[in-house]
This record gives sequence, C-alpha cells and structure tokens, in this order.
Amino acid sequence: MKVLVAVKRVVDFNVKVRVKADNSGVDLANVKMSMNPFCEIAVEEAVRLKEKGVASEIVVVSIGPTTAQEQLRTALALGADRAILVDCADELNSLAVAKLLKAVVDKEQPQLVILGKQSIDSDNNQTGQMLAALSGYAQGTFASKVEVAGDKVNVTREVDGGLQTVALSLPAIVTTDLRLNEPRYASLPNIMKAKKKPLEVITPDALGVSTASTVKTLKVEAPATRSAGVMVKSVAELVEKLKNEAKVI
Amino acid sequence: MTILVIAEHSNAAIAAATLNTVAAAQAIGGDIHVLVAGSACGAAAEAAAKIAGVAKVLVADNAAYAHQLPENVAPLVAELGKGYSHILACATANGKNILPRVAAQLDVDQISEIIAVVSADTFMRPIYAGNAIATVQSTASVKVITVRSTGFDPVAAEGGSAAVEAVSGSADAGKSAFVAEELAKSDRPELTAAKIVISGGRGMQNGDNFQLLYKVADKLGAAVGASRAAVDAGFVPNDMQVGQTGKIVAPQLYIAVGISGAIQHLAGMKDSKVIVAINKDADAPIFQVADYGLVADLFEAVPELEKLV
Repeated sequence: MKVLVAVKRVVDFNVKVRVKADNSGVDLANVKMSMNPFCEIAVEEAVRLKEKGVASEIVVVSIGPTTAQEQLRTALALGADRAILVDCADELNSLAVAKLLKAVVDKEQPQLVILGKQSIDSDNNQTGQMLAALSGYAQGTFASKVEVAGDKVNVTREVDGGLQTVALSLPAIVTTDLRLNEPRYASLPNIMKAKKKPLEVITPDALGVSTASTVKTLKVEAPATRSAGVMVKSVAELVEKLKNEAKVI
Repeated sequence: MTILVIAEHSNAAIAAATLNTVAAAQAIGGDIHVLVAGSACGAAAEAAAKIAGVAKVLVADNAAYAHQLPENVAPLVAELGKGYSHILACATANGKNILPRVAAQLDVDQISEIIAVVSADTFMRPIYAGNAIATVQSTASVKVITVRSTGFDPVAAEGGSAAVEAVSGSADAGKSAFVAEELAKSDRPELTAAKIVISGGRGMQNGDNFQLLYKVADKLGAAVGASRAAVDAGFVPNDMQVGQTGKIVAPQLYIAVGISGAIQHLAGMKDSKVIVAINKDADAPIFQVADYGLVADLFEAVPELEKLV
C-alpha cells in the first residue's frame, strides 16, 4: 500500500516569533525553520506502517518555497522513499494547499494520506479535512491510533472529553494528534542516504491548480499583554487574597 | 444577511459552546438560524429553539448523523449552507472536524477560531500559538467560520422561542462508520465550561501526583487541566491539555501548578479573569501573566491550599 505524507516548513517551535513593526506579518528573517511538529508525527507514523509491512512505499510532499526541500530531505532521512515539492513562494491558504494536494493524490493514487492536524504558524487545522472533501475520501482527524485492517483503517481520535474510534474505507485521510507516536531522530548514515533519494520539483501551474484566495490578511498585531500581578508569601495569604480581593473563591 | 450556526450537542442537550457561537453570530448581525443535525435529537432541537436571539431551528434527524461523522454531516451542511451569508461552528473537536470539509465542498476558504468580529466580513484570530493576532477579511460568497468560545460571552440559553423546522439531507455516505467511544467519566465540570480550573505541569512529576490537584478541585468545584509538557510526559490524557493545541479556557480563576508558562500554554489560558501561579522557580515565565504568584514547592503548597479553601 502506498502512503502519501504531507509536510510543511514552519518556524521552529522553539522560536519566539515577533510581529513586524509595520504590522504586515511576523518577522521570519533569520529565524530557524523546521518541519511542523505534527508533520513529523505524520512521517513517523508512515515509517512505522512500512516497518510493519503495511506500507510498501512512502511518498512525502510539501507545498512551499524552494527551501522546503530541507524538510523533504529530513523526511527522506526518516524513512520516506521519495519526495515531491510543489514549489510556490507565496504563502497559500489551506484550500489552495488542499487543491494542490488533491492533484498530487490524483497522480500518485495513495491508499492512505497522513497529514499533521495543524501547522504551528497559521494554526488553521483545515487542510486534511479539505483534502478529504475534495477527494471524496473519509477522514480520521486528530488521530491517536491508526490500524490498517484489510480495506479499512481504524482511527482512534482525540475528541473533547475522550476518544472516538471510527472505521474508514480506504483510501482515506488521517491527521495526526500529539500522542499518536514519538518521532525518531534521523541517523547520520540515513541523512547521507537521503541525499540520493529522488526529489521531484513541480509547479502549481503544472498541476493545473489555481491558488486564488478569498481571504486576505489586513494586519498582524502582537497580542495584548497582561500586566504583572503581585507575589504572595504564603498559601494563607494567597487564599485570603482570592477570597477578599479577587473574590473568585 | 442570514447566518447558519451549527449546534454542538449530544442529541439530548445543547453544549454550552453553542451559546458563544450564537453570540458571535449576533456580533456579525442578521437573522440567526441554528442547525441541529443528529439522531433522535428532538430534545436538543427544543433547547436550541429557546436560545435567545435565534430566529429558526433546522432539525436534521437521521441515524447517519448520530455520531457526527463528517462524511455524512458535511454534505448536509454544505447543501443547507449555500443560501446563507455565514456558516458558523464552534471551534470544538467536532466543529474543527466538520467545518473545513464543508468549506471545501463550497469551494471557499475557512476562517478558523475567530476571537473577535470587526465587521460582517472582517475577523480577528490568533496565529503562531497566540503570539500574534491576525485581522483577516473574506470576500467569499459564504463565509465559513469556526468560533473560539472564549472570545464571546454566551447568549442566554433561555428566552427565545424560535420556530422548529425539519429538514432532510443526504443519507449515509457509506465511507465511514462509528466503532466506539471512550469518554472520561468525571463528576467534575467540563474544562471549557468550568468557572475554576486548576492545571498541573511537568512539575507534578507523575500522573499519581495529579491526585493532589483533584482533591483541591473537588473542594472548589473546579475542573483539572494540564500543560502540554505534562501530557507529553504521559502524566495525563490529552483531553486535559490546556493550550494552543489543546483546550482554550477562560475561567474566573485559573490556578497553574508546576507549570513554567510556555507560550503554547499561555495561549490556552491567558484570557482567564484571575490567574494564580504556584512554581518553585521564581524566574518561570508563568509569573509574568499571573495576578497572584507564589514561589513554593507545590508538594507543600497544594496540600496546604486544599486545607485552607
């Protein structure tokens, strides 16, 4: 079974981002970029499926700038077999990304597509669901467990208040949540080997997809900060203040 | 302008987050219709009709909608939603699951997790784990939006008398099936609805030590949450996670215990009215957002807190 994994190049999760002075966006000059953490979990899950003999080939795809080849090489070092970059310099909305991924899905015909549930930059949590709608496939979002059984995949999902398990007909779309797995680190020999794995670069035009959007960002601001409070010396003083000053207990 | 709000419900009752979503619809302005899609969901529909400000309730009662499978519910919402100016859903696990599928079917972009309405086509939403707030404008024919409940004060659950109208929609798409559900049983209030939340972080050291927090919570009638670090370390399940990738809460009182205050966590609780931090590290960033900070060993402070409240 062929598995397609989508990954996104985002600002590293350790970077404290700052809003640009002109409020046009977030300052990304000279900051460390990495694979989106939820996408790392997606790659790991695909590699585990291959190690179990369920997946036969892992294709990793990214929609992003030329530099996203770094993240694709990382995925190849982690165990993906080949990579596709849909090269677009512009930042795209989720629907445009989903349309491009749909075109890749049409070409590659994977049985399972695994994506992160959201990227830590735009925090949209849309692409997997949109890809499922456009392809007409079933979706298992926020997965904490994925089990392929015959022509179905059982996905256990993180929902409000607990877990829900659904059985989806293949082909299907899965988006990952935190607890699905713990991603491995790439070994040095595998990083070297990844440099020789195939990486194809294509353009949105070649896929015949329009990336026009109906949403535009007018401005980006820093969030309101809370003013610092007071330090208390003891639990007794804390309880006294909560009861008499803040009146919340 | 007519707005369709997708109700979050259990078939028997309406979830509180629906009231915040109706409030967001009121901020946009126009007539508000609420869709209750479920199975044997008559009680939820009746409750929806009583929500203040709702003009009409649409009920789609079908076994295919029993477990809110997006493959079945999204086509219904997309079909009904075509004639509306806006489609709103709660930014809950369920809303986030279904609504992007609706947006793609309608071939429009979605705006996720709005926290404020600027005008009928312009909204504010947090990005980069709450490190920045974007103001976005939509020219889509139907604006498809999820609403973060902490951004809007709920409307009254009673007082309305909307007409209830049955609608029919697509049946089972046959692509997915519900297998099982494992919901945590707890007598404590639900995290996002609780007036008091007490959360533990990596400083709790293990899952057993969360008992200390449960004892305080039971005396205060509070819900118990956790930081992502505590979830990652396996102390507690993910549904207790408060933060950008977990639950967003805004209670009257938030008590952070052994939580350093990563931006990821702050994004999920910084709208709380009063924040208390208990941490042994005086330099922990959590103290910068806390109204009351206590530098102390939590294993001494929390049992003492339990005695005094």
